[in-house]
Amino acid sequence: MTFIYPTDSNKAHPLPLSPDYKSSIKRAPNKPLIPMRHTLSELTGPVYGHETVRDGDDDLTTQHTGEPIGERIIVHGHVRDEDGRGVPNSLVEIWQANSCGRYVHVRDQHPAPLDPNFTGAGRTVSDASGYYRFVTIKPGAYPWGNHHNAWRPAHIHLSVFGHSFVTRLVTQMYFPNDPLFPFDPIFNSVPDEKARARMVSSFDLENTKPEWALCYRFDIVLRGQNATPMENH
Amino acid sequence: MPESLKPQDSLKSSGITPSQTVGPFFKYGLTPNGEYAWNDAFTNSTLTPDVTGDRVRIEGRVFDGDGVAVPDCMLEIWQADAQGRFADPQDKRALPNASFRGFARCGTDKDGHYAFETIKPGVVPDPDGKPQAPHIVLAVFGRGMLRHLYTRIYFSDEAGNAADPVLAVVPADRRATLIATREAGKPVYRLDLRLQGGDETVFFDV
Ligand SMILES: [Fe+3]
Repeated sequence: MTFIYPTDSNKAHPLPLSPDYKSSIKRAPNKPLIPMRHTLSELTGPVYGHETVRDGDDDLTTQHTGEPIGERIIVHGHVRDEDGRGVPNSLVEIWQANSCGRYVHVRDQHPAPLDPNFTGAGRTVSDASGYYRFVTIKPGAYPWGNHHNAWRPAHIHLSVFGHSFVTRLVTQMYFPNDPLFPFDPIFNSVPDEKARARMVSSFDLENTKPEWALCYRFDIVLRGQNATPMENH
Repeated sequence: MPESLKPQDSLKSSGITPSQTVGPFFKYGLTPNGEYAWNDAFTNSTLTPDVTGDRVRIEGRVFDGDGVAVPDCMLEIWQADAQGRFADPQDKRALPNASFRGFARCGTDKDGHYAFETIKPGVVPDPDGKPQAPHIVLAVFGRGMLRHLYTRIYFSDEAGNAADPVLAVVPADRRATLIATREAGKPVYRLDLRLQGGDETVFFDV
């Protein structure tokens, strides 16, 4: 049996055109998206489990010979659906700038140092309850060319598969109380204030490891299935 | 898992986590392709040694609203096997007896080119049990795109296109944007994607 994912959930997402974010102006469709019924093609999705992930892929601080520079942090939480159910066995991929706000990407020209001990990419698979955990370095803010004195708030990019092609999510995790929030057109492309708040991690003192690393909690909430059963031929 | 993060801690949420752009710097993490110190989880091929069906290449370019090639898109495909079955336990029909998964990912190059190596999928039923023409679902991510766009790839040499229930909800004059054209004499299909403009690709609200 498969289920239908209500499209109402999508209202939390930014609209394709968000003029303050300059790159969206020529890349957002002009025509409205066309509604369609979900078929098996939309309701199924790629299943990639632990075989996709190598030992240590979830620890971005131990991928090189030395320790990366910066503030070591733990990022953890649950992948779950809107109905509160944990989403088990879901691939979570992350990528991010280093502590100076520089990506290893060849096209990042920010004049901040690269760190030979930090690539900034990781992946893991959520466990039976949907729980996932990474160890990494807190990324720095970085400048970008969108407008005068534009700086991205510190963020970690995340990619999550979920259990169907329509639950596919790419998002960014932010850190609490960032002073750059009011000025960032990407963060503010999400129209609803409560929805924006769901992209901000919370400081987790209880799981902060003494003498070792601060901890941030970030739950990733995917679209839920309503209870309308659909015949699966 | 820490004691303080038990599953019962997971209360019903007030809504989903919103989408944000994949940005310009995803390549070293998501599509390193041997160019960065990180291993590929996925490539642009769904092919496995034991997969059956017609092997095809699907290629094209991605353009923005000015007709300029988009060099920093990421494309993902998801499809059934040659018998129309998905490698997902939610598909309760007989599962394919193969290691075929049906998922692939690739980035566009500096001229906006993409290419997938795959097999032509079989027929997948719609919710009423009616056959859908062979198709591949496609997600398009990129800088400037706050949420990925969802579309489909159909094949020009399939008679079933005329009766396909999803193509039927698309205005007739826009259907061609979803149909990859077979090159004469080669197992190669071409489909360009236009993110915006008069001939923009049909994207679906799913
Ligand atoms: Fe970024």
